[in-house]
Amino acid sequence: MYGFLIGVGVLLLLSIIWMVYRIQTLVSVVKGSDKKIATGSNKVNAILFVIFLLGTGFLMFWYSIKEFDNYQLPVASEHGVVTDNLFWVTMAVTGIVFLITHILLFIFPYKYQYREDRKASFYPDNNKLEVIWTAVPGVVLAVLVLTGWMAWSDITAPAPEKAHVVEIMGYQFAWEVRYPGKDNVLGDYDYRLITASNSHGIDFTDKNSLDDFPSPKVVIPKGEPVLFKIRARDVLHSVFAPHMRLKMDAVPGMPTRFWFVPTKTTEEMRAELNDPEFEYEIACTEICGRGHFSMKKVIEVVEPEAYQKWLAEQKSFIQQNPSLAENLPAETKELAEIQLSESKK
Amino acid sequence: MATATVAHHEAASHDHHDHEHHDNFITKYIFTQDHKMIGKQFLVTGIFWAIIGGFLSILFRLQLGFPDMNLEFLRPLLGGWIDESGKLDPTFYLALVTMHGTIMVFFVLTAGLSGTFSNFLIPLQIGARDMASGFMNMLSYWFFFLSSVIMFISLFIKTGPAGGGWVVYPPLSALEQAIPGSGLGMTLWLVAMTFFIASSLLGGINYITTVINLRTKGMSFSRLPLTIWAFFLTAVIGLLSFPVLFAAALLLVFDRSFGTSFYLSDIYVAGEALPNTGGSAVLYQHLFWFLGHPEVYIVLLPALGITSEVIATNSRKPIFGYKAMIISMLGITILSFIVWAHHMFVSGMNPFLGSIFMFLTLIIAVPSAVKVFNYLTTLWRGNLVFTPGMLFSIGLVSFFISGGLTGIFLGNSAIDIQLHDTYFVVAHFHLVMGSASFFGLMAGVYHWFPKMFGRMMDARLGYVHFWLTFTGVYLVFFPMHYIGIAGFPRRYYSWTNFEFSNMYTDLNMFVSVAAIITFAAQFIFLFNFFYSMYRGRKATLNPWRSNTLEWTTPLHPGHGNWPGEIPTVYRWPYDYSKPGAAEDFIPQTVPLSQTPESNLPHEQELVKMELEIMKDEEQVLVANESKH
Repeated sequence: MYGFLIGVGVLLLLSIIWMVYRIQTLVSVVKGSDKKIATGSNKVNAILFVIFLLGTGFLMFWYSIKEFDNYQLPVASEHGVVTDNLFWVTMAVTGIVFLITHILLFIFPYKYQYREDRKASFYPDNNKLEVIWTAVPGVVLAVLVLTGWMAWSDITAPAPEKAHVVEIMGYQFAWEVRYPGKDNVLGDYDYRLITASNSHGIDFTDKNSLDDFPSPKVVIPKGEPVLFKIRARDVLHSVFAPHMRLKMDAVPGMPTRFWFVPTKTTEEMRAELNDPEFEYEIACTEICGRGHFSMKKVIEVVEPEAYQKWLAEQKSFIQQNPSLAENLPAETKELAEIQLSESKK
Repeated sequence: MATATVAHHEAASHDHHDHEHHDNFITKYIFTQDHKMIGKQFLVTGIFWAIIGGFLSILFRLQLGFPDMNLEFLRPLLGGWIDESGKLDPTFYLALVTMHGTIMVFFVLTAGLSGTFSNFLIPLQIGARDMASGFMNMLSYWFFFLSSVIMFISLFIKTGPAGGGWVVYPPLSALEQAIPGSGLGMTLWLVAMTFFIASSLLGGINYITTVINLRTKGMSFSRLPLTIWAFFLTAVIGLLSFPVLFAAALLLVFDRSFGTSFYLSDIYVAGEALPNTGGSAVLYQHLFWFLGHPEVYIVLLPALGITSEVIATNSRKPIFGYKAMIISMLGITILSFIVWAHHMFVSGMNPFLGSIFMFLTLIIAVPSAVKVFNYLTTLWRGNLVFTPGMLFSIGLVSFFISGGLTGIFLGNSAIDIQLHDTYFVVAHFHLVMGSASFFGLMAGVYHWFPKMFGRMMDARLGYVHFWLTFTGVYLVFFPMHYIGIAGFPRRYYSWTNFEFSNMYTDLNMFVSVAAIITFAAQFIFLFNFFYSMYRGRKATLNPWRSNTLEWTTPLHPGHGNWPGEIPTVYRWPYDYSKPGAAEDFIPQTVPLSQTPESNLPHEQELVKMELEIMKDEEQVLVANESKH
């Protein structure tokens, strides 16, 4: 019934629009305004540009100021402060250009709207002006690029030796985390070794892998460099930690990396935001299939002491699942067994 | 010179005989070789695709703006893609964004824009009877049509159309196990794109050849309207970059169907380790963006060319800095090939490459800035007539500024780390490439409709269409900047899984409502377009009082465009409001010798030469006549 009524309503509306359209066409023919170069509509359009400028300008400023705290995510890494600065400097520069050009673009239509008694000025070129507005944007952009380049070089420079290594592996549709253990070296892996009990495909014949351990969340210390070693098991994914200003694709067959220094613990951020539930999150930003929108991993930033304590409490893959140590060559098996007996003490 | 002229006239008179015969329905409307009809075919097909592409975006905007809405009412249309609880299937959501992107970028803004106006305007504005090869031109349309049919079919198959994003990055697009759309849907996508590329190349070769070889007498490159410059450079870009997409697609076909490992390596999917090793997923991204970035300019340059012409005509003023405009378009053309990797700053490629591409990318902003300043100066002290075409052109300049400026953020690799693949990017390219090019297309349709169909479109409906669309586009895409700065990732079915993005439901709802209204407003245009085609007011020969050659043809030009001789060109196309002239425009066909009152000093010197050439010309004409 509702559908029917809506249908009738739409029909009525359309026929009214149709009538208005026909009437105004006929009126314009009678008035002969269709033969004029510019009718009264010209003035209306000219005024509308000014109204549009004022209206949208107001909306933009009002919303940008009102919502600032919402869209401006708090930053929690050292390089994030730098890139945020760059962002806002660029915003200031482009914002000024945006305003000036738009004011001109919408005021000119009003000011220079068609008048029969006026002729446009014949002004085909001016090389001086062209040079100026080639050079000025050139210089401004050069400055922006140089500052951006310096930041980029620092961010992508090799990680410090002492950086804490965390491996993040993406797969459809979650992340898995592996820590290198006491030796701070991740063991080898091979995608052909992946089984139900060895989802990382870790090669346990490599001694470095014996103390590797998994973790349900990414735990990292505040104020110390952390190196994410990133890889993917099936299709492209991308590690995105918005508060850390961190993003790097996870590519099957090509390990990638990103290092950074977190500056605020989860607790500190909770206090700052007055939100006891707050967690740092990792999301996926490379389309990867049905569950693309749900690949969540929590990052917990803790004080360095708490981090060391947490590290000591973790159980390696082998300790969690001794069957992984079966079928190993004698030498590594021995090491694995030593580790197992240690954990039982 | 003289021999060339003779040849020219002979060719012309042959043509004249050729089109004496009557076309039947099939040769006139279907397998036509008339560039004007082919242009209209591209336009109507483009409009068809724009409706589909727009409708798909409304579907996913419903999901994003009203995640709790019961979409049961769409079941008759979408069938199994609406699940039992009345929700859109997340896989189909990805297919929707993929097809929206593919359709809009390739089928609407490449074929619909470049295909329409390059075909329609190049011969008319340079003074040619038709394209260099009418047959190839016909093939170009029919390859596009075939491609359209295949892509359209892929929308209806059981596993759904391709769903890996319009960039179809492997391994996702190569593995059926990873997403159902990578099965038959992806195969059809690749086949359709192959035909599309063939169509683009056939068209492009034709445009280039025609512009170089078939310009009428006097139409030197320095007298070409900026539209033609834009179409010419667009065709060059397309010719150089589309084959690379073809290569990328071909390797993907091999990986998908013949067990090669160009892009695949170390993959464990669906409980099975694949045998492929040694491939590189990043290789595909390089190949894809080698087309993908120039593609941005393939859709944008024609729009800028159209805008230059429309703004100059309706400002009653020469375009400011004609040469600077050409140089900046040339600059954009060249630079467009060496900036592609700015799409890949965080793809895992060497960060040093990132630095190089950041420098190159920000250089390309300079010619774009020059163009904007030139448009503004053209408006300055003009005598502006707001035809719908003019309104859409001003709208284009606004989008070009707004979207171009956000490009400066994204081109800076350090800032891009945070913004990459967020809604900031979505806002950026929808303004600078999507909406700007769409407005160029609209400006072109409103401006050249009288030439296409001999009738006028209704101006008032045009105004309403413009203001609704202009406001609508800003209300849709401007808020996305905020969402993007807040870090909302693209291609997300819903954002409620994450704390950082579990907000802005109100803003997303607002965007969706604005999108629906904007989409609805396009039906005003559709009505106006099809109604005016049959019932619109009869157009005059030169309704916008424009200088270019197409307005010297009859109201309904036949195949061959000019019934008699092709007009000769004596001046550049932008002699508007010349001091001393009686009218505020002097068409290109008016010799300088007839306008001594308005000639500039250097033009006065050319008059003598012009008179000599005209005398030569007359002798040739007499000689030709006596032959017959």
